[in-house]
Amino acid sequence: MTAEAPVRVKAGDELPPLEIEITRTLIVAGAVASRDYQDVHHDAEAARQKGSPDIFMNILTTNGLVGRYITDHFGPGATLRKVAIRLGAPNYPGDTMVLTGRIEETDGDTATVRVLGANGIGRHVTGTVTVTVPTGHEVTASTSEAGE
Amino acid sequence: MVDELGARLKTYEGRAAAVAGRGKDPVNEPMIRHWCEAMGDTNPAYAGPDAVAPPTMLQAWTMGGLSGYTGRTGRTGAYDELFDLLDEAGCTSVVATDCEQEYLRPLRPGDEVTFDAVIESVSDRKTTKLGTGYFVTTRMDVRVGPDLVGTHRFRILKYAPAHKKGNGKERREGKREGVRARRPRLVVNRDNAGFWEGVQRHQLLIQRCTDCGTLRHPWLPGCNACGGPDWDTVEASGEGTVYSYVVMHHPPFPAFDPPYAVGLIELAEGVRIVSNVVGVPYDKVRMGLPVRLEFQRYDDEDGPLVLPVFRAQEDREGGAG
Repeated sequence: MTAEAPVRVKAGDELPPLEIEITRTLIVAGAVASRDYQDVHHDAEAARQKGSPDIFMNILTTNGLVGRYITDHFGPGATLRKVAIRLGAPNYPGDTMVLTGRIEETDGDTATVRVLGANGIGRHVTGTVTVTVPTGHEVTASTSEAGE
Repeated sequence: MVDELGARLKTYEGRAAAVAGRGKDPVNEPMIRHWCEAMGDTNPAYAGPDAVAPPTMLQAWTMGGLSGYTGRTGRTGAYDELFDLLDEAGCTSVVATDCEQEYLRPLRPGDEVTFDAVIESVSDRKTTKLGTGYFVTTRMDVRVGPDLVGTHRFRILKYAPAHKKGNGKERREGKREGVRARRPRLVVNRDNAGFWEGVQRHQLLIQRCTDCGTLRHPWLPGCNACGGPDWDTVEASGEGTVYSYVVMHHPPFPAFDPPYAVGLIELAEGVRIVSNVVGVPYDKVRMGLPVRLEFQRYDDEDGPLVLPVFRAQEDREGGAG
């Protein structure tokens, strides 16, 4: 296995976006993998009875995808410390969610990343992730600077 | 107005939601693998002999699963009561809105989690896009043995759905995937057949009295001005403005998606016609809004239907002249 390429960690840096196709399969697989059997996450007819146009992604799956987005970027040596998310526009089948992130501040080997997941109808998720990055990465100690 | 239910719900703040709950499964490799497959997460840290669980799985280890929050999950009577009260008040739907987790140490296969949760807060009654209800926030401490391994704050909205579109039957007939609900058909008779024939050819024809020259719409057998029975037609230029409008909220009709605006359009020629105003949100339709005629084709199981509609034009302050 090759050594991990160092990732520059500096406040203001943007993470490359990650596109997630919101398929019916992803919604159902995520719900089941997270042990969430609420019918609105797998039964379209039941979801409609409750006023929703279709099944929609559960919060645990969104949480998992946000975690993946961060560790995909910082590498397997990165450790998630905190993940705080708020949901807005639901993820319905057929949509695409694009996750983007921006490093807000760094403190020693720890970075705070602001994450946004936008879908076709709005902001599905906004959140903040605190992650400790593996040694060997260039962490530039700083807080987010205005004007970027 | 005093919200009696809200006051009663508030008394649950600070009460336990789960006491000495135990995860239904120990942290284990198959559940980790299934999670990673679903998330598309290929992080090598989550596989192999030194595997840790994805931290974001924290809540998954505490879930009741298909068999629900029974026995060992430690769910309290207070939490169930709170939910029953909300259900009885019509707040039967649930949506999760916030999840804040802190991970103090990684979970590894074999770890057996226990947890305690408290009802941290119940909001005042809130009206959201989804409906009216209450936000309920719980905070959970997750442990392995005596060690705190993570905290999990979770907020849900328990609400009465706002705009159920019609009743269940209508939804099944009207909103089923892939099947367009049928729009009302044209009512064509001897007096107005010429109008609809024009529409088929993408012409909006206005009747003109051949005795006095007065234009009229809708089509009629005789002239309102002079009583003359003879007429010919002129083709509308398509320019017009919104003379007046209504916004339809109720009753719902399967083929339409309220709220929507119905406009009374004054054509440049001076006559008025009722039709849809398109290309602008219903709440942006205004009297005087410039519109232009277009023909829209609607397809449903009864076949195609061509109708004249009016598209909002760019704001032209001061009018076109």
